[in-house]
Amino acid sequence: MDGATQTHPELSEIFNKDEERVDWHDETLWWIRQKRDKSAHSIPEWEQLRETASQIKNNVLSDLSSYLVSFEEKALANGIVVHWAADAAEHNRIVHGILKENGIQQMVKSKSMLTEECHLNEYLEQQGLDVIDSDLGERIVQLAKEPPSHIVLPCIHKKKEEIGDLFHIHLGVPAGTSDPQILTETARQHLRETFLTRRAALTGVNFAIAETGEFVVCTNEGNADMGAHLADVHIASMGIEKIIPERRHLGVFLRLLTRSATGQPITTYSSHFKKPRPGQQMHIVIVDNGRTIQMGREDFRNSLKCIRCGACMNTCPVYRRSGGHSYHNAISGPIGAILAPNLDMKKYADLPFASTLCGSCSNVCPVKIDIHQQLYKWRQVIVKEGYADSTKKIGMQLMTFTLSSPVVYRTAGKAGRWFLKHVPFAVNNKFNPWYKQRDMPEAPAESFGEWYKKNVKK
Amino acid sequence: MSRDKILAALRQNQPEKVPLPTTLAFERDANLNLAEKFKAMAEGIGSKVYMVAGFDEIGPVIGMDFPSEKRIVSTVPELVSAAIPAFVLDADPQTYEDVDVAIFKPRIAVAENSALWITEDRMGVRALPFITQHIIMLVDIALLVPDMHAAYEKIGAADYGFSTFIAGPSKTADIEQSLVLGAHGPRSMTIFMYS
Repeated sequence: MDGATQTHPELSEIFNKDEERVDWHDETLWWIRQKRDKSAHSIPEWEQLRETASQIKNNVLSDLSSYLVSFEEKALANGIVVHWAADAAEHNRIVHGILKENGIQQMVKSKSMLTEECHLNEYLEQQGLDVIDSDLGERIVQLAKEPPSHIVLPCIHKKKEEIGDLFHIHLGVPAGTSDPQILTETARQHLRETFLTRRAALTGVNFAIAETGEFVVCTNEGNADMGAHLADVHIASMGIEKIIPERRHLGVFLRLLTRSATGQPITTYSSHFKKPRPGQQMHIVIVDNGRTIQMGREDFRNSLKCIRCGACMNTCPVYRRSGGHSYHNAISGPIGAILAPNLDMKKYADLPFASTLCGSCSNVCPVKIDIHQQLYKWRQVIVKEGYADSTKKIGMQLMTFTLSSPVVYRTAGKAGRWFLKHVPFAVNNKFNPWYKQRDMPEAPAESFGEWYKKNVKK
Repeated sequence: MSRDKILAALRQNQPEKVPLPTTLAFERDANLNLAEKFKAMAEGIGSKVYMVAGFDEIGPVIGMDFPSEKRIVSTVPELVSAAIPAFVLDADPQTYEDVDVAIFKPRIAVAENSALWITEDRMGVRALPFITQHIIMLVDIALLVPDMHAAYEKIGAADYGFSTFIAGPSKTADIEQSLVLGAHGPRSMTIFMYS
């Protein structure tokens, strides 16, 4: 991806150049967060649901190996072919192998963050295969040659006029079209043709049931079903953590997932795939790609409880103002920032710092992942392992020096106030990163310590 | 082999076993009018709902609501007439590409979100509820359950190759969060409720 070597602050700076767009992005996501609140508050047992979901996921993590074996056994008995992939490369090779074996050159794909994580599209394209994403938002970013900027709302960063321009170039709508109704209808016609002509369809997996060997895929658009039921070969890719023990547990997760994601009571389609239809092949690829390592990190393993609702992104004050692409990872936002360092601590060393640690993410998480605590803990691991950048290190050393001596602390405070008051240009300049996109506060006449001494101790 | 490597790594790294929650019993409003709740939720997500006294009322309404739709198929034997042909099985699902209206009878109706559970044996073919331009659901109010927990209690260990909950017409809000009905599946859902 573009900008893979740039850091979150650098990429945020690019996003922040267009202030109007930042405000629009911020407000749109906050609006979704408010819809989530309304939906959650309409269910009196909401907190009990979250606690139950969390407990079920804790149980899953503690016994995942047995659940996977049980899932595999049932899925095989149901006539599904089960593959195991240690990493992204093996996953991609398996998918390619299935297509090659069936002489298939073109595939339609519904939303799967795992295939984004594995960079499947790029891999298949290099092998000369053609992949079309069928989720509207994913199709839009695919046409724009960009990765999704949000796991649930892939093109939330794009304006309808920009989408109109893309559809003008690629799908032949008249220049200047920006009506969402017309654009959606155009995509519907274009993708219907795709669904009818592709012999292979790949979907993600929202939940895989150890008890029955079935898997559940949730969409609003119906694209996963259109792809899977019309294709001769259905491939479903899942991370090992998608397992839930029993079918009845779906009641808990399906009630939480969409209310947390968009505020809807449920997705339009919650499809339970158990057996291939007569004459169809159904494959499941179970992928590790670093998850077993994360399982071994005690402080971070419960990030694997994530059900990919995106609530932590919609609520995050940093995500809302920096955009999904600033995280330079398939999964952005707070959850992405605790998952990514497990994959590559050096490459993603910046991400746990892309947070105010306000804790809002943990408060909305439907499976109660302690996201902000993990962000804080990753910072310590990253500094200890020597991956923190040098300005951060020097800054921290300076802070340690200042905060550990009362005399230095008081003098520094006084100096700071003096500078802000008398020579504001000394700090209001581009050499001060805090000043970017922000005004410095007005300096108070005295510190709280000084005020307290004058007014209380007398 | 990756399978064994993954399982071995998990056995090594997964924490000490913690139990599953013993109960999935949640508070429920015992006085909730299920039919009213269902209807309100269905209309809230863009479905059209008719309360009818019997099957003979349904045919004329379909005729009025879909006057120019050419291909109508019914998977419900009680609702087949000269105007509404019965579903005929073709092994090639692509042949249903020109279906305008398809009629189904789901097995469970969930009041809290208006989701309708339908199993493969009631779909004709798996593709049909998705490929049709408009979908019609016939819902006996005896099928109503309050929430998803009750729905799964009723489903129990039922064995179907494919089944799905459908709530409303297909939709997307991917373009600037503007809701558009009719993404890839049906553009509309019409529900007839009867007792």
